[in-house]
Amino acid sequence: MSRLRISGARLLDPASGRDELGSLDVEDGRIVSVGRDAGGGAPDEVLEARGLWLAPGLVDLHTHLREPGQEYKEDIESGTRAAAAGGYTLVCCMANTDPVNDSPAVTEYIQRRARESGNVRVRVIAAATQGLRGEIMSEMASLATAGAIAFSDDGAVIMDAAVMRRVLEYARGIGRPVIAHCEDLNLRGSGVVHEGAHATCCGLPSSPGEAETVMVARDLELARLTGAHLHVAHVSAARSVELIREAKAAGVRVTAEVTPHHLLLTDEEIRGYDTNKKMAPPLRSARDREALRHGLADGTLDCIATDHAPHAHYEKDVEFTAAPFGVVGLETALSVGLELVREDLLSPLSLMDRMSTRPARAFGVGGGTLEPGAPADFVLIDPERGFKVDAAGLASRSKNSAFLGKELRGRAIRTWVGGRVAFALDEELVR
Amino acid sequence: MSNPAEPASAADREAERELAQGRVVLDAAGIQRATTRIAHEILERQPDVSDLVIVAIVRGGEPVAKLVAAQLEQLSERKIPQGALDITLYRDDVVARGVRPMPRPTRMPCSVDGKRVVLVDDVMFTGRTIRAAMDAVLDFGRPAAIQVATLVDRGHRELPIKVDFVGKNIPTARAERVVLRKRADGELEVAIV
Amino acid sequence: MRHLLGIEHMSRDEIERVLETSEAMLEISQREIKRVPTLRGRTVINVFLESSTRTRVSFEIAAKRLSADAINVTRAGSSLSKAETLADMARNLAAMSADVLVVRDSVAGVPHMLAERVRVPVVNAGDGCHEHPTQALLDAFTLRQSLGSLEGRVVAIVGDISHSRVARSDIYCFTKLGAEVRVAAPPTMMPAGIEALGVKPCFSMKEALSGADVVVMLRIQQERVAGSLFPSVREYASTFGLNARTLALAKPDAIVLHPGPINRGVEIASDVADAEPSRILDQVTNGVAVRMAVLYLLTGGAA
Repeated sequence: MSRLRISGARLLDPASGRDELGSLDVEDGRIVSVGRDAGGGAPDEVLEARGLWLAPGLVDLHTHLREPGQEYKEDIESGTRAAAAGGYTLVCCMANTDPVNDSPAVTEYIQRRARESGNVRVRVIAAATQGLRGEIMSEMASLATAGAIAFSDDGAVIMDAAVMRRVLEYARGIGRPVIAHCEDLNLRGSGVVHEGAHATCCGLPSSPGEAETVMVARDLELARLTGAHLHVAHVSAARSVELIREAKAAGVRVTAEVTPHHLLLTDEEIRGYDTNKKMAPPLRSARDREALRHGLADGTLDCIATDHAPHAHYEKDVEFTAAPFGVVGLETALSVGLELVREDLLSPLSLMDRMSTRPARAFGVGGGTLEPGAPADFVLIDPERGFKVDAAGLASRSKNSAFLGKELRGRAIRTWVGGRVAFALDEELVR
Repeated sequence: MSNPAEPASAADREAERELAQGRVVLDAAGIQRATTRIAHEILERQPDVSDLVIVAIVRGGEPVAKLVAAQLEQLSERKIPQGALDITLYRDDVVARGVRPMPRPTRMPCSVDGKRVVLVDDVMFTGRTIRAAMDAVLDFGRPAAIQVATLVDRGHRELPIKVDFVGKNIPTARAERVVLRKRADGELEVAIV
Repeated sequence: MRHLLGIEHMSRDEIERVLETSEAMLEISQREIKRVPTLRGRTVINVFLESSTRTRVSFEIAAKRLSADAINVTRAGSSLSKAETLADMARNLAAMSADVLVVRDSVAGVPHMLAERVRVPVVNAGDGCHEHPTQALLDAFTLRQSLGSLEGRVVAIVGDISHSRVARSDIYCFTKLGAEVRVAAPPTMMPAGIEALGVKPCFSMKEALSGADVVVMLRIQQERVAGSLFPSVREYASTFGLNARTLALAKPDAIVLHPGPINRGVEIASDVADAEPSRILDQVTNGVAVRMAVLYLLTGGAA
């Protein structure tokens, strides 16, 4: 049993409120000590981490790993490799695979493949309705027994309010959250970008923030009615943030997530018809972005979730309206988060809270803490390390990043899962 | 010939510099004598001007054609139809600098069928301009004859084009440039720059 | 000017250059032999993935008047119907040594996309609801014939602005040439943020046409009207149609333009379409000249 010590790092543990220089000891896959003073016991290996941050491994509540069925875009191995490179130690994968994950068999398959080839921990989100058709509930009890930690029709929308009500009620009975992709498909129509001056200039069909907000309003009412845990996926509109804030104040059991690209980019990005700026919900106005940032800062939006959605190059290299929605994001999320820290929106501790502790707690998946006894899932971050986002540098099988060509600053340089190194940027720890 | 009414381009600015330089080979009086002689020669060749059409090559040939036509009208006591032919779209040379030259509308005063068309230019050099002009004229109809008048012939023909009426023969080196230009005082002159 | 993808990024000088070049091209179209050898040996490929006869024929005539070879590719007859991607088709066309690609598609951004991928000049012949630059240029050329300069003139554009690429290109072109532009449509057909283009949105003919020197009527697509954006064709014609009564709201010598094809009795009354203020047929004639100018200017030597 060999003991590893990482010393001299800035320890950031939102679970305990710790933000101080110190060291962390790992043995046998668990954290054995953490703090300003080095723990007792001589370590077998010491890693000098001065100038670096040490935080609990990031937790992503919204990833598309594409396995089974679409492995040409990504699979569990490549997707979790990308996750580890981004500082993630746990990802939750969505059910819009092929076949759809609406059966225990597919859930078990994903978990087995994750055990075999996963580079980080994988938790499974199963479909809320059969076939994602939005009509009949999926076998949630069996799915939960098989291991599903939440239910979602993401990739599709439950348009029928009666169906959504039943899904929420039933899921409450199972004790699992329902993740809602809130979008009124009728209001959205053929819109592929945010309705506004940029869409008008580009001549692209567009839809307003209200396409999301009317569904957020509906689902919040249904959550209030049923007492279920509603989790709003990828919030993008200012008004949605307001509604969630009000609902929380009124005691509704709701959590919410926001993507890195919605926190950094606006609809101005669509001007060049770059399909790597096309996702659902679309990038919205500067005003919406402001509201999202404040929502994340004041906790209305609980966490950052990537909505990592890989697509093959040739699928995206088509006319804008024909391209599939979605961008990858596991490897750039942390850098975007650090940008928010640099802009004084969040403290380093708050950022780690939004990217690790809070999401872990929201779904009860474990992780998000550096307390002694916890599994050794943590990440060393160099907040100053610059890098250019390019296809060659991305671990994900698909390279459809909204940040291609951009220079980002700050990234994970080493990630541990259960005490094992899942990702190392450099052979030696370079500062 | 540089036109002061147009916005200044790099070419125009260079032309301004040239104004200050160059060796004048034909002054205003010389030009007048030359165009008068051309008019006489045209009449000598064919005294009957009823089928004559003077067509200036845009833009260099225009002032020359004006002078020649004025002389012809005086000598023959008849109105002579005058046209202006833009050959930009008929040129065979690869575009220099990648920027297309501006074509101007062509004005033909009448049909050229059965007419004696005299093309008038300022400087005859390689012959390519006249070849392009002939292509253009033949697109307008079937003239009885095409003849060429030029104020200055500077040699260095690249095509078998002959000049029927010359104002002045001026031997030049290939690299030299010969220009018909308007001085500040409005007088025309031909210079080697 | 390497491509003509839209008016939005054209300078006033570039616009003037096209208009000036069009003068000579118009004169060629008035000769008996309507041909010059300028683009002899060059190949213009019309990639019309959205069906159109008028614009395609106009470009074809323009190419042939310059002695270029014109080839037409449409969606039905193309490899796209066999699931070849647009980008691959474009590369194949360029590999065949096309000199110019003229592209029309029902999706915005396609000419832009092709211009990024091929080393051949691309002319946008209309992309979705985005732009139709040659239409705006021929509209400006037509207005010049009657009005001279557009500086200070008032232009009213009426129709389904949200779905009109002609409206957007016209707005950019006329404002760059110094005109004041108003757009008129029922609210369901007025796009969000249109003020960002420097125009005043109006919701009645009265508001838009008062004191207008020019009225541009846009074609109403009947599918859009019936039921979803507007209750009926009849109601559209009575509230936003151009007829003798509404035309009288504009200046007495106002000119009428329409990109065509016209829906008689819908957006424009039959008698107005045929009356003196209408320059609709001039637009068609000028269209060939303007397209000749564009083909000429884009096929210069190495730019």
